[in-house]
Amino acid sequence: MTRFISRNAWVIGLFVIFGLLLALTRVVQPDYGAAGIGSLVRAALPYAFAVAAQTVVVIAGGIDLSIASMMALTSVTAAVLMDGASGSFAILVVPLILLLGLAIGAVNGTLIVISRVPDIVVTLAMLFVWQGAALLVLEAPGGGAAEWLKSLLVGTVGIPGVPTAITEWIPKALIILVVGLAVVWVPLYRSRLGLSIYAIGSSNLAAFRSGVAVDRTRIVAYAIAGLFSAMGGLVLTMSTGIGAPIPGPYLLASVAAVVLGGVALTGGKGGIVGPIVAVFILRLVRSDLTFLAVDPNITTIIEGTIMVIVVMIGALFAMRRRAS
Amino acid sequence: MTATAQATAPISLGRRVRRFLADYPIVPLIVLFALLVVVLELLRPGIVNERWMANTVKFAIPLAILAGCQTMTMLTGGIDLSVSTAATMSAFIVATQSPIHGPAIATLIALVPGILIGFANGIGVGVFRVHPLIMTLGLGLIGIGALQVYQRTVIATGSEVPEVLAWLGTGLTWGVPNALLLFVPLAALILYTLRSTGFGRLLYAVGDNERATRISGVLYWQVILAVYVVSGLLAAIAGLLYVGLIKAPSLSLAEPLLLPSVAAAVIGGTSIFGGRGGYAGTMVGALILTVLTTLLTILQMPEGWRGVLFGLIVLVVTAIYTRITSEA
Repeated sequence: MTRFISRNAWVIGLFVIFGLLLALTRVVQPDYGAAGIGSLVRAALPYAFAVAAQTVVVIAGGIDLSIASMMALTSVTAAVLMDGASGSFAILVVPLILLLGLAIGAVNGTLIVISRVPDIVVTLAMLFVWQGAALLVLEAPGGGAAEWLKSLLVGTVGIPGVPTAITEWIPKALIILVVGLAVVWVPLYRSRLGLSIYAIGSSNLAAFRSGVAVDRTRIVAYAIAGLFSAMGGLVLTMSTGIGAPIPGPYLLASVAAVVLGGVALTGGKGGIVGPIVAVFILRLVRSDLTFLAVDPNITTIIEGTIMVIVVMIGALFAMRRRAS
Repeated sequence: MTATAQATAPISLGRRVRRFLADYPIVPLIVLFALLVVVLELLRPGIVNERWMANTVKFAIPLAILAGCQTMTMLTGGIDLSVSTAATMSAFIVATQSPIHGPAIATLIALVPGILIGFANGIGVGVFRVHPLIMTLGLGLIGIGALQVYQRTVIATGSEVPEVLAWLGTGLTWGVPNALLLFVPLAALILYTLRSTGFGRLLYAVGDNERATRISGVLYWQVILAVYVVSGLLAAIAGLLYVGLIKAPSLSLAEPLLLPSVAAAVIGGTSIFGGRGGYAGTMVGALILTVLTTLLTILQMPEGWRGVLFGLIVLVVTAIYTRITSEA
């Protein structure tokens, strides 16, 4: 038990902070309840997928600056394909978009491996490429989304046998998030491949000498990031009903939440739960400040300051640990 | 590995070319730049004239200064993603303060936020050892927020770009851009600092092997603090020039220059892992990117294709460059 706590101290701390923030929200906004949670999850959804994408790449010792662009590209592609098409056609579109994400992520990874240029530079260049591609697919915000897809994000689910007093606290969007992440992450984490991803992030050379196919693992890590980005893009189209070719503010948020979530930017450490909780904390802080009627511009300052201070404290802890 | 073979066999031409390129990495960059200009001239005969050259230089200069910030921070193994914020802040502040205080004082006020951002970056990266990417992104975010708040307090005063800055940013004297008056000394100073001063060598040393420099008695945090403060100040200066060039201060003025500034330094041969590179390559990199943008605009491609090509060309140039300059 103590071992579990000391191993996951950072994530547990995040959960505690999140709980405290929820309590605080209740204080400043007494009628904050199920509906508030629902809108919080919906707002956090695209951020959460962006962060999941970044987490995988960072664990593998890289960084992907093109995530927001990949989300824009997959989002507009989905919107264009579904525009005016029947609801049943959309069933085909979803796997197609996920495949597209996997493919463009794999392109990022392959380019990094064959060009031998640092990850950050390659993905910076690919940021322009995917953003341009998104503009080619759709010049101005437009397109459409199937009704049933849109309704997937709204409201709550009824589970037979469970009273609505409980189910109203479980928004559909949360289930989408958990299922989307778990379907990819859990098998990956338990597989040899997942271990390889941690290995190459921790030490490229050691992984190579222990027989890990370093290049292939790196490509897979980027492909998975592309897959999560595609999920994020789909969610964007689903929640707005259209596709927008301009990348949203997801790059900055994803890097910030990854670090807040206890994933070391040097690679090889951390998991996916921490960053996701961190996303929720950041979103909740934002809505709390709105409830407190703080000027939205000051909210940006506070958000940035929190991010910087938390990361500083984290770095301080890491230094202590190294010293002792 | 091939040390013995090398000593006996005569050095092949390919190897000599390779070694020449590795010793003078700026040569292929200049060749690429010349190639781009030739392509431009072929596509639009007569476009390459004095006016075009002056224009290219004018637009390349703010980019080159910001890329200088990236070069210096990248040499230490860092990166500065807050330069666009520092530049935008100085540009916006100088435009809104000069109706009140006059251009001279307004300029001085405008440099303050850049220095403050640099100072905070330096403390975070140097003392607390936060990853530079996060620290500078965070400070950039805070800066933009502060600027938005500030914007509302000055909404009544209106804004004007001081004439000195407009003259410096857009003016020509005998066909030569006035901006060079500021840029040439600045670039000379950066080149001199990096090549021939103790501070410059410390930047390379810290980026090359931080542990070794620490053990040899260098106070790491002081070097980092200094480089980020300098970077913030340079970014603020670039902002002043840029607002003189664009003449329309806005809250996202320098934002489009951020990623190209990183790209210019990278194309120019500065390693993002630190310890290798220099400012000469960066300046050529900034010129290349500026000409490339003109080229893509002239071809009248849709904006999407321009983005795709821009990204791919940056990638290909960097990849080739990494190969020819690596010691292998």
